[in-house]
Amino acid sequence: MIVEDFLKNASWNRKDMISTQPLSLKDIDEIFSLADIFKASLKDDKAKLPYMKGRVVVNLFFEPSTRTRTAFEMAAHKLDADVISVVASASSSVKGETLKDTAKNIQALMADMIIVRHSCSGAAKYLADRLDIPVINAGDGAHAHPTQALLDAFTMREKFGGNFKEKKVTILGDILFSRVARSNIWLLKKLGVEITLAGPSTLVPKEFEKMGVKVCYDLPAAIADADVVMLLRIQHERQRAAYFPSISEYARVFGLNQRRQSLLKEGAFIMHPGPINRGVELDSLLADSDRSVILNQVTNGVAVRMAVMKLCMKAKYGE
Amino acid sequence: MEREFVVKNARVVDPSRNLDGVCDVFVRGSKFADGVSANAEVIDAKGLVLAPGFVDMHVHLRDPGQTSKECIETGTAAAAAGGYTSIVAMPNTTPPADNPSTIRLINDMIAEKAKVRVYQSGCITEGRAGEKLAPLGSLREMGVIAITDDGSCVQSAEIMRNAMQYAKMFNLLVMDHCQEATLTSIGQINEGAVSVRLGLGGWPAAAEDIIVARDIILAKYTESHIHLQHISSSVSVNIIRAAKAHGVSVSAEATPHHLSLTDECLLDFDTNYKMCPPLRTEADRQALIEGVVDGAIEVIATDHAPHTDTDKDREFNMAPFGITGLETAFSVCRDVLVESGKIDMLGLVRLMSTRPAQLLNIDAGTLRPGAEADFVLIDENAEYVFGKTLSRSRNTPWLGKKLKGRVVETFVGGKSVHRV
Repeated sequence: MIVEDFLKNASWNRKDMISTQPLSLKDIDEIFSLADIFKASLKDDKAKLPYMKGRVVVNLFFEPSTRTRTAFEMAAHKLDADVISVVASASSSVKGETLKDTAKNIQALMADMIIVRHSCSGAAKYLADRLDIPVINAGDGAHAHPTQALLDAFTMREKFGGNFKEKKVTILGDILFSRVARSNIWLLKKLGVEITLAGPSTLVPKEFEKMGVKVCYDLPAAIADADVVMLLRIQHERQRAAYFPSISEYARVFGLNQRRQSLLKEGAFIMHPGPINRGVELDSLLADSDRSVILNQVTNGVAVRMAVMKLCMKAKYGE
Repeated sequence: MEREFVVKNARVVDPSRNLDGVCDVFVRGSKFADGVSANAEVIDAKGLVLAPGFVDMHVHLRDPGQTSKECIETGTAAAAAGGYTSIVAMPNTTPPADNPSTIRLINDMIAEKAKVRVYQSGCITEGRAGEKLAPLGSLREMGVIAITDDGSCVQSAEIMRNAMQYAKMFNLLVMDHCQEATLTSIGQINEGAVSVRLGLGGWPAAAEDIIVARDIILAKYTESHIHLQHISSSVSVNIIRAAKAHGVSVSAEATPHHLSLTDECLLDFDTNYKMCPPLRTEADRQALIEGVVDGAIEVIATDHAPHTDTDKDREFNMAPFGITGLETAFSVCRDVLVESGKIDMLGLVRLMSTRPAQLLNIDAGTLRPGAEADFVLIDENAEYVFGKTLSRSRNTPWLGKKLKGRVVETFVGGKSVHRV
């Protein structure tokens, strides 16, 4: 009954989860509190929780994903919903159907919720503006990946004992093309975290300062007093466009390796949204060390997505 | 017996004669006249402004080949509604206007369907591919008055240099869409705080500035004139101003949207604010206004770029660049430039009519007796909602918006072609 009581008292009224930018502190607190409940019950009981029983969730993925898609599928299964995953290459988009028509058709097939991933920034909002059913953004271009940021912050909250104030988080890597970084910036700032962005200046433009964060090109200084260092995957195609000279240069100059580990504060921990390029942005031993909470992130991703899905369903369907 | 009429009581604004005051304007047949006979028809235009018809150097009529977006008939109807009596059609049609046969086809369609005067521009290079010069002399013989690869920019300095040198023989106005392509390979909107925030690919102002500088240097070197299309960046305005001070023969245009809007409009991913070059920052917008005021920018051109709902109503990256502008240009520019006190009506009409007519070397932009009687009547105080467009497309952020200052009647060759 604890979930029912919680939902009865929750003030959440968003049918969609497009970006962390518009979330209030109350919204964030409700996601975390519900995720706490789900996480605890997942641990206690292997059975499914029936909070989305009879609902059909469609995963509409126009971009490859393993972790995020599986986490959403897992979250839906745990809530006893039925899940259909549509992968772009198999969908009608290759036949020239527009995104709007694809989505309208899925709605007409009586799906209850769409989880969408798309390579174009703004695509999730585009769908949410045109569909009646809840739309959850599983990553749109370089714009937003709200559930990733929420699970990141949820993981930090566990490590920080719930207190974000005056905590320092450094995000290191390809910020320019990262929807994870943007969603974390919006979310963590609301929670009172001081954020520093670091990495090659070509991929970390100064304009990010207008979002209320520090930009630092001195890597030792950027990580020295961080409570969390969040690493982002470096994509090989950036090298082709000359954002940096080579992967080996990147690993040497910007990678978090054994040598740089000694610069970290005691108790500082390492996060990564995955998939990791071992030996590029993150040393393999560090990825597997006590400092790493990378697998906690993955596990928390299920509980946090269950919470987001359930809250959006409630906003739309009242239950 | 030719038709004669006199327009009385209007505030007459004619930059070609530096005239701004109440006086009679006479029309006999298709031309302005010194006077008319005593029994000529009288039009009372009390409370209205009478100005030379507007001249738009930058219009996409999409005809032939893209007529789901626009055609000569609808595009020129929109032009007439906006007070434009002469327009230059861009050559990025399907097929592109890069050969005499296509120009002949377009000329025939214009003769049959156009509601206002349409001048055709030709491509600088074959297929607008930037690799081989189009037959410019032959295009000139078919009546082409200007050349541009608009929508694309000639990347090779060598080809651009030869285009300028060669076109000069034929008195073809060379116009350029200034965009260095390697800097804009992922460009969707202005590169800056907004693109960083939204995660949309940046189109840096530097990509425009580099070509502006290149073209100015080539114009100086080849001793020819270059006209720079839809300038959007503050650095470009400064480069153009400095070039003029050094005696380079250069002219530049700005669009109503770059003078009135900024990239902040894009925060909701609305594709009706997606254009090329992109909307830039408030500082750039102010620099453009300053350029218009001090003469660095001599022309307002709409870059009227129709696209269907299907084109525009989709993922941001996949939607094409461009908005329509013929019908709203006067109201928008009057608000930004005249209502704000930056320039007077004489200045605005010069930017929208007299100066572009001079650059194109066409009979327009003046009320002088003997000239073609192309003119507009404007109600400066009229407030209206721009609710219905005559264009075939409706990709404009001003649709449904309240505007002030309206063209109430448009005359081409002494004949009314649009009336509110």
